[in-house]
Amino acid sequence: MNMKKLISMLLISACIVSMAACGSKDEGDKKEESADEKQTLVMATNAEFPPYEFHDGDDIVGIDAEMAAAVAEELGMDFKIEDMAFESIIPAVTGGKADIGVAGMTVTESRLKNVNFSDTYAKATQVVIVKEGSDIAGPDDLTGKKIGVQLGTTGDIYASDIENAEVEQYNKGFEAVQALIQEKIDAVVIDGEPAKEFVKDAEGLKILDEAFTEEEYAIAIAKDNEELLEKVNGALKSLKDSGKLDEIVAKYIKSDAE
Amino acid sequence: MFQELQEKFIDNFITDDRWQYIADGLITTLQVTFFAVIVGIVLGFLVAVVRSTYDKTGKLKVLNALCKLYLTVIRGTPVVVQLMIIYFVIFGDSRDISKVVVSVMAFGFNSGAYVAEIFRSGIMSVDSGQFEAGRSLGFNYFQTMRYIIMPQAFKNVLPALGNEFIVLLKETSVSGYIALQDLTKGGDIIRSRTYDAFMPLTAVAILYLAMVIIFTKLVNILERRLRSSDH
Repeated sequence: MNMKKLISMLLISACIVSMAACGSKDEGDKKEESADEKQTLVMATNAEFPPYEFHDGDDIVGIDAEMAAAVAEELGMDFKIEDMAFESIIPAVTGGKADIGVAGMTVTESRLKNVNFSDTYAKATQVVIVKEGSDIAGPDDLTGKKIGVQLGTTGDIYASDIENAEVEQYNKGFEAVQALIQEKIDAVVIDGEPAKEFVKDAEGLKILDEAFTEEEYAIAIAKDNEELLEKVNGALKSLKDSGKLDEIVAKYIKSDAE
Repeated sequence: MFQELQEKFIDNFITDDRWQYIADGLITTLQVTFFAVIVGIVLGFLVAVVRSTYDKTGKLKVLNALCKLYLTVIRGTPVVVQLMIIYFVIFGDSRDISKVVVSVMAFGFNSGAYVAEIFRSGIMSVDSGQFEAGRSLGFNYFQTMRYIIMPQAFKNVLPALGNEFIVLLKETSVSGYIALQDLTKGGDIIRSRTYDAFMPLTAVAILYLAMVIIFTKLVNILERRLRSSDH
């Protein structure tokens, strides 16, 4: 009796696994077809990352959103944004739910295992936010501290390597900042531009002068879609050459002098 | 295909000891669920006693009103919002509050409201003739409750109670909102490192399923034990 039950359970799970495997293959085929027919460029992002992407009324705006829209225009395609959790963006791109992932994403080795990246389009830094009067003066002081990060970001990956540090992975960047304001954590490691926005809105926080790391953002594209990768790189180049990209960046990032 | 699966398995669970995210998360989920169930039972039982005493005798008016308020608020708002209110608002300025404690409170208070109504329905389901019989035997109100009504009520509500705790166990999966590393968050962390959706999510799902199956078995055994006194 028990043996029978066990065997039937095994069979059922084998069925489910094989169905799931077939399912993903079908999706891959469909994706290519629909991309050709509809000509809509679908961008996956996490719209809680100002000034690169954030909600403004009903729209998602920001540097990434406008740049991707400009890329779609260059390519003569319709444009659509899908908002999702940051860690879901790459699976969405590999699974064909979206064509490109644009979310202030840094090129890392483990990401390259799963997707291709376009040429980089922006320089960025990972910075450390602390409360004013904190004893943390530089990235080296983070050893053994409680650090808040946004799950799956490069800040998360780097912070996890810090010795003895306790890393708390929040779903959203601003929630980590909120926890910092309430002194539940000692520091937040996050991308430089969003950090400026967060600190601007919150009292008693400051960004350490010394950056945690320097990095560059790029657009994620599925590995089997080399054609789109070339097209996007071409469009990016013409946006850079025409000065349009700088224009978009300048619209959202005021230089420190101002 | 099997080789691909094997590679994915190694990448998701073996590399960098990633299985530990799942294992630690599982322990946290079990801790939160276990203590939340206890809080839920104690709270739910007290509320149910107050409510049914009021229904039967008209006493405890003020307490009854308080309990009703508690039920309305807790059942009228989503548990994930309650969780964030407890963490970011109520304990907004306390530095070292443990997230496990916050989760136990949130899920315990939440579950208590549902358990209260389950218990109350059990108490009310016992025939009023039983109650009268108890009183005419010389038991006072609380003795009748304790020795005659409660044992029957508990037996009646056990399936519904088991159901509530299955729901509670699965509801704890939202504790990732306050960055508590529970089972679901453990899977999410792996997903954020490997960008593979299939393996971590399936592993998490199987573990929840296994916990629920084991728990259902335990409730069934308890149910059978209690039934045996019926004959």
